[in-house]
Amino acid sequence: MAENTIQESAAPEKENIVLDPQVVEKKEREPLFGKAERKLLTDPLSDNNPVTVQVLGVCSALAVTSVVYPSMVMAVAVVFVCAFSNLFTSIIRNHIPKQVRMIVQLVIIATLVTIVELTLKRFSYPVYKELSVYIGLIITNCIVMGRLEAYAMANKPWRSFLDGLGNGIGYGLILVVVAFIREVTGKGTLFAGSGIEIKIIGPSTEYAINTVATSGIGTWFSWYSNNNLMVLPAAAMFIIGIYIWIQRSINPKLVDIS
Amino acid sequence: MEFFNIFIKAAFIENLVLAYFLGMCSYLAVSKTVQTAFGLGLAVIFVLGITMPINWMINEYLLSENGLLGMDLTFLRFILFIAVIASMVQLVELVVEKFSPSLYNSLGIFLPLITVNCAILGGSLFMVSREYNFSESVAFGLGGGFGWFLAIIALAAIREKIRYSAVPPALRGLGMAFILTGLMGMAFMSLMGIDPQALGDLTH
Repeated sequence: MAENTIQESAAPEKENIVLDPQVVEKKEREPLFGKAERKLLTDPLSDNNPVTVQVLGVCSALAVTSVVYPSMVMAVAVVFVCAFSNLFTSIIRNHIPKQVRMIVQLVIIATLVTIVELTLKRFSYPVYKELSVYIGLIITNCIVMGRLEAYAMANKPWRSFLDGLGNGIGYGLILVVVAFIREVTGKGTLFAGSGIEIKIIGPSTEYAINTVATSGIGTWFSWYSNNNLMVLPAAAMFIIGIYIWIQRSINPKLVDIS
Repeated sequence: MEFFNIFIKAAFIENLVLAYFLGMCSYLAVSKTVQTAFGLGLAVIFVLGITMPINWMINEYLLSENGLLGMDLTFLRFILFIAVIASMVQLVELVVEKFSPSLYNSLGIFLPLITVNCAILGGSLFMVSREYNFSESVAFGLGGGFGWFLAIIALAAIREKIRYSAVPPALRGLGMAFILTGLMGMAFMSLMGIDPQALGDLTH
């Protein structure tokens, strides 16, 4: 699997941390939330981010991020699926025959995703409609599969759970950042579709900054109009591309030599 | 709609990669050289073309309320679809290995990777939500696969050339691939809104 090769090249640090002699010694007491555990949670947020560094789970990161609210729902769904599939796989990892491990993993993931889908359908039908096939596509979201292969198959349940949680949150972070930029610049709103929709800038009196107003602060923004390009999926590619650019300029270690 | 229209629509107008951004992970990871991109692209056409009709039959005859079991089992859709895809990929791997070892060697590593390619499962889910019939789903599978194949070859070719350009170091590789795909998506957008059906009506 290509993801695995990326995994290996992108995350040697993490594997070393787990096998660090200090940590192995510590295992005598098995701290519930020690340094290594905290690292599992915080690493995927920046230096080992699933989307921008490991290149996993890009598909849905692009497709659902035109508005913030559905992307938040999506992020929560992925955190749930990622954490619990890691947990369950890790629990039964010693009983899975190697040849059929992919199918076993997929069945675990698919079951969790079905739970998410049915819950969403029951409690938030508009969001379910908006996310449409992308909820189902969490199954093939490479983050979930990638973490199962790279981490959960070789580590204990509690740590695998934290790893899944960390990677899910790292993915959700990118999702929300991209969605925030796209929604504010593309539609001039924030949290559209939820109960607390805020209208920031636009050409009518409904918005906080009214660009067609004849008096007040809106007159300073008469040149402004929302950028429809940002609503298109292509904009997400540019935003993530620029995010990667900034991240790698700050941390040159992440630059790939090829 | 006719077979050919759906094929053209799936391949160009609603390209799975450039319009829906499906199958991005392998699209970005395996597009470093044209040769490997070609192998993966072929494998995707093959698997999409096979799994789509099978999933159509499962959805129609097994899961729907009017099916053989007479029960609404659509909540099992994800599990069955992914199981079909995983086992078809395994089967394709076995068959190719037996009958064409040379093709197997060139595809080898990429075949199992296809299981977790969002484009395959995404295609099947689109097929359900758009209520295609059997022949339409075959056309959608082949067309979608062909579109994916074209897109990955195009990106691989661009990435091979861009290696000789002065890209800022931090943007090299992955960052550039993202921006290139964005530009390609915008270029493909010019095809959007073309309706093959309507074009056919005009000429008659």
